[in-house]
Amino acid sequence: MRAYKPKENVQAKAYYTDRFYVAPQVPKSAVDTDAVFASDLEAIKAKFEVKDAYIQVEQMVVYINAHDIYGVLELMRDELAYTQLSEMSAIDWLAKDNTFEIFYQMLSMTKRKRIRVKYFIENGQAVDSVEKLFRSADWSEREMFDMFGIEANNHPFMKRILMPYDWQGHPLLKTYPLEGDEFAAWYEVDKIYGKEARDIIGPELRDTARVDRYDSERFSRLGFEVPKGTEITGDEEPHVESYQEEGGVFMVTKLDKESSKVIDDPQR
Amino acid sequence: MAQHKVNYTQDAGLPIALTSVDKIVNWGRSNSLWAMTYGLACCGIEMMAAGASRYDFDRFGTIFRASPRQSDVMIVAGTLTKKHSEFIKRLYDQMTEPRWVISMGSCANTGGMFNTYATVQGVDRIIPVDLYLPGCAPRPETLQYGVMLLQKKIRANKAGNAQKAKRLM
Repeated sequence: MRAYKPKENVQAKAYYTDRFYVAPQVPKSAVDTDAVFASDLEAIKAKFEVKDAYIQVEQMVVYINAHDIYGVLELMRDELAYTQLSEMSAIDWLAKDNTFEIFYQMLSMTKRKRIRVKYFIENGQAVDSVEKLFRSADWSEREMFDMFGIEANNHPFMKRILMPYDWQGHPLLKTYPLEGDEFAAWYEVDKIYGKEARDIIGPELRDTARVDRYDSERFSRLGFEVPKGTEITGDEEPHVESYQEEGGVFMVTKLDKESSKVIDDPQR
Repeated sequence: MAQHKVNYTQDAGLPIALTSVDKIVNWGRSNSLWAMTYGLACCGIEMMAAGASRYDFDRFGTIFRASPRQSDVMIVAGTLTKKHSEFIKRLYDQMTEPRWVISMGSCANTGGMFNTYATVQGVDRIIPVDLYLPGCAPRPETLQYGVMLLQKKIRANKAGNAQKAKRLM
């Protein structure tokens, strides 16, 4: 367990670091404890170099070389019956050793097994696209490019998928601040009104604890708002809001609360 | 020719109403506020509920239109992302004047809980807003109340003068 530390203004920090924190490890077991996984691993090892393999939470994790990915997934799809690519993306290890870890989550419906194929690439290196094998990799690889800046070679449409095309920066990198960088903070103002409008429109108000003098408590209950700082006892007089002028409205009937019928059955 | 005899002076008064141009123009504007369907997130569900039979916006003359060129009020219901911000500005520019904007819910007002890089921190950074509705999400009653307050605001204007072009800057 980590010792408790006060977390004032956590959102303003880009990320949380604890020098002596060791992430808890999920226990691993050897591959030969599961016959299906053992035979799958033998089939992969016969053709490709496997750097590491183990079973974790009933799923086999296989580490391979980056240039083997297309061949390994093709072998798994055509010969080992892993016919679905559930998801694929990257993990940012740039702070640790300047690498990304790419993972592909494979599912076999007939064997009812899942295998995670993983490899490491250097920062700035591109990966091989598997879009020709699995159509689901089309958008996943675009998202990986959008969020991490990792390009996929031989992809038919290597563009951003979530952020706008003219966006700068890759938001899922650990170095990217949650509230956005300078470009993100002024994106809509720069695009619509131009840079000269920055002074007029002003910076974004992101202080969630900011108190305005017009703020009220219980604002979501109409007629029951009280000024900020009021001690709420529950027996305050409801504040009657009027939505019609005192003298009445031209050709609109004034609501008479006494003669109107109140329906209090919610199942009416 | 009416075959039956109508005694206006006795039954329902004379079919004549004396008023000013301001009042009758504002009456027309405020009681046929055609709203643009602008559901961006979960507030859109509450807006749809307000338009459906249980709360029934049609009683107020508020009919949802799918085109900015036919609508008078834009109800921005939901989270506005930065990717979408240029489109809301374009749609606002396509609405004919006079036009009004209701910012519905915390996300449209201030960005709400989405204190992130991808969310516009309030639609009033893009377009001028007439009415802010608090709540996450506001109930349909709140939206109806907001529309009635907007009607009150419209009635307070001088209709004879052309509406001053509202610009953010």
